[in-house]
Amino acid sequence: MAALVRLASVSKSFGAVQALKGVSFELQSGEVHALVGENGAGKSTLVKIITGAHRADSGTVEIAGQVVRHNDPAVAKALGVATIYQQPALFADLSVAENIALRMERGGLLRLVRWGWRRQRAAELLDRVGACISPDTFVRDLSMPQQQLVEIASALGAEARILIFDEPTSSLSEREVENLFRVIGELRRQGVGSIYISHRLEELPRIADRVTVLRDGGYVATRPMDEVDRAELIRQMVGRSVDAVFSKVNVPLGEVVLETRGISCAQAKVRDVSLSIRAGEILGLAGLVGAGRTELARVLFGLTPADAGQVLVRGRPVTIGSPDHAIRQGIAYVPEDRRRHGVILEMPVASNATLAILRRLATGGMIRFREERRVAESFVERLGIKTASIDSPAGNLSGGNQQKVALARWLAAEPSVIILDEPTQGVDVGAKAEIHRLMCEFAGRGMAILMISSELPEVLGMSDRIAVMHQGQIAGTLDRADATQERVLAMALGHREEGAA
Amino acid sequence: MRVLLRRYSREASVAAAYAALLALLAWQAPRYYQQQFAAVWVSIAPVLVLATGMALVILARQIDISIGWQLSVCGVVAGLMARQGVPMPAVVALTITLGTVMGAFNGALVAFMGLPSIVVTLATMVILRQGLAWARQGEAVYGLPADFQWFGQTQAAGQFTLVVVALGLFGAFAWGLRWLAAGRAVYAVGSDHEAARLAGIRPHRVVFGVFVLMGALAGLAAMLQSVRSPQVDPNAGKDLELQVIAAVVVGGVAISGGRGTLIGVLLGVALLGTIGSALVFLDVHSTWQRALEGLIILIAVSSDALRRRAAP
Repeated sequence: MAALVRLASVSKSFGAVQALKGVSFELQSGEVHALVGENGAGKSTLVKIITGAHRADSGTVEIAGQVVRHNDPAVAKALGVATIYQQPALFADLSVAENIALRMERGGLLRLVRWGWRRQRAAELLDRVGACISPDTFVRDLSMPQQQLVEIASALGAEARILIFDEPTSSLSEREVENLFRVIGELRRQGVGSIYISHRLEELPRIADRVTVLRDGGYVATRPMDEVDRAELIRQMVGRSVDAVFSKVNVPLGEVVLETRGISCAQAKVRDVSLSIRAGEILGLAGLVGAGRTELARVLFGLTPADAGQVLVRGRPVTIGSPDHAIRQGIAYVPEDRRRHGVILEMPVASNATLAILRRLATGGMIRFREERRVAESFVERLGIKTASIDSPAGNLSGGNQQKVALARWLAAEPSVIILDEPTQGVDVGAKAEIHRLMCEFAGRGMAILMISSELPEVLGMSDRIAVMHQGQIAGTLDRADATQERVLAMALGHREEGAA
Repeated sequence: MRVLLRRYSREASVAAAYAALLALLAWQAPRYYQQQFAAVWVSIAPVLVLATGMALVILARQIDISIGWQLSVCGVVAGLMARQGVPMPAVVALTITLGTVMGAFNGALVAFMGLPSIVVTLATMVILRQGLAWARQGEAVYGLPADFQWFGQTQAAGQFTLVVVALGLFGAFAWGLRWLAAGRAVYAVGSDHEAARLAGIRPHRVVFGVFVLMGALAGLAAMLQSVRSPQVDPNAGKDLELQVIAAVVVGGVAISGGRGTLIGVLLGVALLGTIGSALVFLDVHSTWQRALEGLIILIAVSSDALRRRAAP
């Protein structure tokens, strides 16, 4: 077996921050090598040194047997490096065939386009990755997991030998993960080397041959995957042992705060959803991607108002036609895509934290700045938000801390119901535990929490009850005691259980 | 102090450039201060009013290129009304109302129909320009009553009024943008439309609102512009939108919305407004004036890009 990538004592710093400290890493042909570590451990920097996005300050970089002195994205691509990002980077308004062709075709601007050949080649590549997609489909019309497969297909088309997967499964459902792993396994047999970055430690044994742990920019260990277990990996990542991953605290439940009776929304493809949440309760919303969980949240928050059915807040029927109405009814929504819409990156932490309570903070339209700073400071302290100052732009914070700012905004509004859409996606282990602790704390104060999560252990670990969605409908609801991964998954796959409440 | 300087580095550097220009004039051409300084401020008063509105529009991630011809139309209508014997206070009120209506028209198309603002305001710009050309054939409005020019005051008092009105209005908006919840909403919508919506702000209303304010300010600016001369020139607003956008951008308002301050806009207006006449006094040929304005814009915009690249 030949080494496809070999990094020897590579270091890299950005200003005063040392992102990588003498890290060594090796990727063999036909190997899936997992790369794990908390956010800020240096995984992205390491990957970017391989893809040529960053240049190492010291150490040697060897790709496909060649020592690369001045790596840049074009060099890395020519040596067979391709990256599959969490969010696929495709051209939405071009067809699948054109997207694939853009990655692999060479030649001048005046060459003739062989459309037939393009389509045929695309069909072959899509077939190789097990995607049932017509090459003529516009990328805009594909789901996220389908786009990911197109990415992989185009990487293969460009003869990539080194594939880097950056959190590929973070928004995939179980079945889509299954398919992705099948594709990666197939590529492994063909001698392709994969670097696999993921926060979902439980899936690593299914896919990885070896695992390398990074911590605070330093190298910790490289081990064969079958010799380590999850607890040990976590120990190595954080440098300490984590006993209970989910610190769910049970609190007495109060009255029903939010209830829906058969609500539907044609636009959001949500049909006949009836559910209820009580004060202090955490209701987990599970389901495959595309099952309509986020869509349901958007209906409840008035982004795509329901066109049938009834919503009751504390027993009173209400109409929720816009987010503004929802907020007035005490419903808050922390969206999934926080990097884009959860916080406003240009705005200071303080303004972000108080954006939803501007009306309350202002007397006669005038903002009370001292009060604003007081509120912001108290949340920074309570949620342990790591920021230089409450005046720093939110964009300067790490992902986990941005998520906490988004949470702070809604907690400040003191809602009676909070909808958390993938609250811990892409967040490191420490911040994750912290967010879970906060959820319990606020449930303890009588807040009702609707938590959407694609991570089954999180749903099982944190929820009092679990509602499972399938094709825009509630397939069933399980109590915490009855819920197992198998039952939830079966419901999500559309096997309706008899007698489930 | 250093933090403040870093946060307001653009404002500081434009202020420094303006101060350097004033110092250079004091050293090389002190007569500038007797002959031109006040006149320059009178001539930029309408520009400042327009730039204040434009800053709001750009902060909300929109653009309005119809303001030059909005101003022309408002000015001509004001002149015609005054000639018909409408009393001056009513002329002012009606002109501002006319501007508001034009702004509301733009705003409704952009905010409620979701059309791109550059296309909408390009269309209204052409409509206003051609409509005015058809109605006036390029002819100025003559025969204005005595209380029209300088609002019937002496020239000195009128000039003073103009500058005070412009600065007062500017001050009110600068205050509002920082201290009112509505100001915060403008920044939020301009930074991230969807995030603002998720936070319970109604972005449509905010966008509509900034266009309405822009129109009202264009109406007021038309008054400030037209009372300066004994007749109303129907081409008074020609190319004014470019001058205004340039001043706003030089002042540090990001064309992508959500970033910038009104203090920066004031400095941008002052710098670009002064440079033309200053060059005359410094014996630089007038052809260089436009080139230098272009250069200032490029320096301002590229300094942003460079700073962003330098930051980690």
